[in-house]
Amino acid sequence: MRASLALLKRDLLLTFRNPGLIVNPLLFYLLVVTLVPLGVGANQQILQDIAPGIIWLAALLATLLALDSLFRNDLHDGSLEQLALSPTPFAMLTGIKILVHWLITGLPLILLSPLFATLFSLSADATGVLAITLLLGTPVLSAVGAIGAALTVSIRNSGALLALIVLPLYVPILIFAAGAVSAAQAGLPVTGQLYFLAALLVLSVTLAPIATSAALKINL
Amino acid sequence: MNPTALLQATNLTCERGDRQLFADLSFALEPGEMLQIEGPNGSGKTSLLRILCGLLKANDGNVFWQNDSIDTQRGDYLAQIHYSGHLHGIKLELSPTENLVFASALHGGEPWLSIESALDRVELYGFEDEPAATLSAGQRRRIGLAKMLVSKSRLWILDEPFSTLDTSGTKILEELIEMHLNEGGCAVMASHSRHGIERDRVQLLKLMA
Repeated sequence: MRASLALLKRDLLLTFRNPGLIVNPLLFYLLVVTLVPLGVGANQQILQDIAPGIIWLAALLATLLALDSLFRNDLHDGSLEQLALSPTPFAMLTGIKILVHWLITGLPLILLSPLFATLFSLSADATGVLAITLLLGTPVLSAVGAIGAALTVSIRNSGALLALIVLPLYVPILIFAAGAVSAAQAGLPVTGQLYFLAALLVLSVTLAPIATSAALKINL
Repeated sequence: MNPTALLQATNLTCERGDRQLFADLSFALEPGEMLQIEGPNGSGKTSLLRILCGLLKANDGNVFWQNDSIDTQRGDYLAQIHYSGHLHGIKLELSPTENLVFASALHGGEPWLSIESALDRVELYGFEDEPAATLSAGQRRRIGLAKMLVSKSRLWILDEPFSTLDTSGTKILEELIEMHLNEGGCAVMASHSRHGIERDRVQLLKLMA
């Protein structure tokens, strides 16, 4: 427990010293989302219709941007070896790394979501549902993405490969999350989609650290 | 099997790709003894060290800690060892103190020296709050040395620990190893350098390419 807390503290401190890690994905997200109305024109009806898809696609890509460096620095400076040799279970420490990734990429997106909802003039209902889907969905993006990042950690220029591995796995999240927001806009019930997202969340948060730590051990 | 041995390896064999690095390698270390591994580049020194700490699986053979296989007591074993590889495992964005606070929490176990006295011991006092990125290669290696001091472990596994150290750093490391052996610890070290550690407590193992 002490080791996990220390790792959490260390990684947050490192992020704080290297603010690009948190700012870059966020700016990327902001840019993608604001460029869309310029591309498709300021027709409010069209924007409202495509908003859930655009916001969620941008969230996927922003997550992906920060995934590449999730384990790479630790591998190159020997910290990963030290983590694997700690008496604390490696899967638990890997889980902490995933948590940090979510804190620096997923959480800011959730906090900013009302702003984007306004940008696309979503209704109040849909804005709430958007925040809930992001809350349930972004941890899954971090957890599933970490498996891909662990598999490709020792490959040079693995960005494209990482995207090829991870993006197909994001499909269910995209479908249910964007579907829920669209349904909320149309005034339909969204409980079904949210349950699916919650189930995916529980599955990935419990199992992904184990898979990730196993993949990392191969690369050590 | 030697019942009083702390660390024991029996019939270790290691292959990387098609090449056999070593075969049928056995040794036993009693408290207070050190194993020094010599051999040309590519002879498997690092592989042997990684097998001893469980990062790599041997193709054949076993490693025993206090007469139990290390695979059956992995958590307990890891709490007893300190591995210092080619990479120091320190974060350049963090100061020596912050690196040591993390290292000691990660390893758990009881502290040996306080963080201040560990930094003092490796003569890094005065640099404790500088980011490690501004320190020299030798000074970073010294942070690595200090990591061995902030938590108590009975087995030190050291990969070329003398590289990049200057004369005074070498002397500090020799003293630390002697102190560790005097307290009943064990050490396994891959190194080419001549060092001043008492010869009669050092077992020499030569690997062939």
